[in-house]
Amino acid sequence: MAITETRNTVAGDEGGMGYLQSVPRRVVTIYLPLLIFVIVLLFPFYWMAVTAVKPNEEMTNFNDFSPFWVVNPTLEHIHYLLFQTSYPGWLWNTILISTASTFLSLLASVFAAYAIERLRFSGSRQTGLAIFLAYLVPPSILFIPLSVMVFNLGLYDTPFALILTYPTFLVPFCTWLLMGYFRSIPFELEECALIDGASRWQILTKIVLPLSVPGLISAGIFAFTLSWNEFIYALTFIQSSENKTVPVGVLTELVRSDVYEWGALMAGALIGSLPVVILYSFFVEHYVSSMTGAVKE
Amino acid sequence: MASITTSEAPRASVLSSLTESRGFLSAWFMLPSAVLLLVFLTYPLGLGVWLGFTDTRVGRAGIFIGLENYQYLWDDSIFWLSVFNTLLYTISASILKFVLGLWLALILNENLPLKSFFRAIVLLPWVVPTVLSAIAFWWIFDSQFSIISWALMELGLIDHRINFLGDPTNARASVIAANVWRGIPFVAITLLAGLQTIPQSLYEAATLDGAGRWQLFRYVTLPLLTPIIAITMTFSVLFTFTDFQLIYVLTRGGPVNATHLMATLSFQRGISGGQLGEGAAIAVAMIPFLLAAILFSYFGLQRRKWQQGGGD
Repeated sequence: MAITETRNTVAGDEGGMGYLQSVPRRVVTIYLPLLIFVIVLLFPFYWMAVTAVKPNEEMTNFNDFSPFWVVNPTLEHIHYLLFQTSYPGWLWNTILISTASTFLSLLASVFAAYAIERLRFSGSRQTGLAIFLAYLVPPSILFIPLSVMVFNLGLYDTPFALILTYPTFLVPFCTWLLMGYFRSIPFELEECALIDGASRWQILTKIVLPLSVPGLISAGIFAFTLSWNEFIYALTFIQSSENKTVPVGVLTELVRSDVYEWGALMAGALIGSLPVVILYSFFVEHYVSSMTGAVKE
Repeated sequence: MASITTSEAPRASVLSSLTESRGFLSAWFMLPSAVLLLVFLTYPLGLGVWLGFTDTRVGRAGIFIGLENYQYLWDDSIFWLSVFNTLLYTISASILKFVLGLWLALILNENLPLKSFFRAIVLLPWVVPTVLSAIAFWWIFDSQFSIISWALMELGLIDHRINFLGDPTNARASVIAANVWRGIPFVAITLLAGLQTIPQSLYEAATLDGAGRWQLFRYVTLPLLTPIIAITMTFSVLFTFTDFQLIYVLTRGGPVNATHLMATLSFQRGISGGQLGEGAAIAVAMIPFLLAAILFSYFGLQRRKWQQGGGD
């Protein structure tokens, strides 16, 4: 194995056969399409940011001001958003709900993934498959019966309605991701510990968990992002303005039927996206590799 | 392993041998997830099917009315329009996401400067909350101040503003475009991971045999990528089919129900209209389509095992 790898590097495998292509050809077939892709994929964010700091008179007057640029940037919209709306409260709710449901789901998933992958009880394969199928059940099918349940349990319009329902899509996802991670930890480590007299609990907390910190981090980030982005449950189960999450609050409270506060809307969208973007940018390598890993399994 | 532990320590108390027993321990370990999923996923799924057979409204428990909801929906032209819209939305958005995503993956697989930087920013649309990016699209598609209309008018390509979300055909195209924008990164990055597992030596061998660029793609890349394409596109199709957020933000199903998907119709009838039973029936009507997509992918996965020459 090692020999083949060395040979590959010696043969210049890194660059592939790219050297066979001429420069002008690469520009037309690779760089130009890439440039267009990047512009199209990033433009809405640019537009969001520009609108958030644009004074109202520039926003609607395309004749005197180029819409692509801001002449006199203003913090008016952001100030309005932070001091005259319930936006800070929504941010706080979203942070609280996402953190709590992520924590709950990770805890449940670690045990489940370890049991399925390493205890290998009878029926563990079927359980693993059932968990995967659970991930394929979409919230759009569940929100009506769940709203009936949430109402009957007296959870309607409380954060607990969301903290307890988000694990329905977080637990299957995290368990699946962690199963893949636990699979990569050598069995021999656990066998040694068992011979030395360690209990299963000690093996889990002292050997498996420390080794799977990267997996736990990526599962945690994914879970946090998914709960931050969730919309349909938050829209259905929460009614009062002060209990709303950012996506629901921005859409239902900042949009008034007659006048659209575009500046404030865009500022709200931008600030609501920042936490997940920052989190993502810190762990981008984890993110990409575990996302692709989870799909490859 | 567990049996060895128990037989080696016959003097250990019943409790400790019990905590080391595999079945007992597994049951405890599975308990939190099992409770969460059974209570908040399996039970609601059953409850949803049951609600579809009742006339439950908000604030009033319903009684069993058999297939009445489904009979009503069968004669409801808006329901059939939403089925058509959902299929149109899913099929066209998925095809576009696949073609553009594969193209982007092939570009990113080339030996580029700033490779990891490009990969990171390409994923951004996927990371940002859909509702918030949809709000940005709402502003981009504004009937009066749309930046696209303005740019095209400045370039002299059109002479009046495009009514993006007010006209049925334009509205459908607009929501599909927004969905494709959001879906490309996921498809591109997962297919890129698949592309990187293909050994370069295969391309070199094929080139020596005289294959051109198209033949390299058609006879080397595509067959080896098929398994991961099957998985990625199943996920993509499932999430597009059950999409709710984008439509709810951009059009709420309008104009004249031209963009109503089954999920948004279910929300409108079930939650906004208070007819929980009917809303649940629409949601249940989505299940056969989802099962069909999953089965389709299952046979894709079968092919993967066969391709790799493995049994089981």
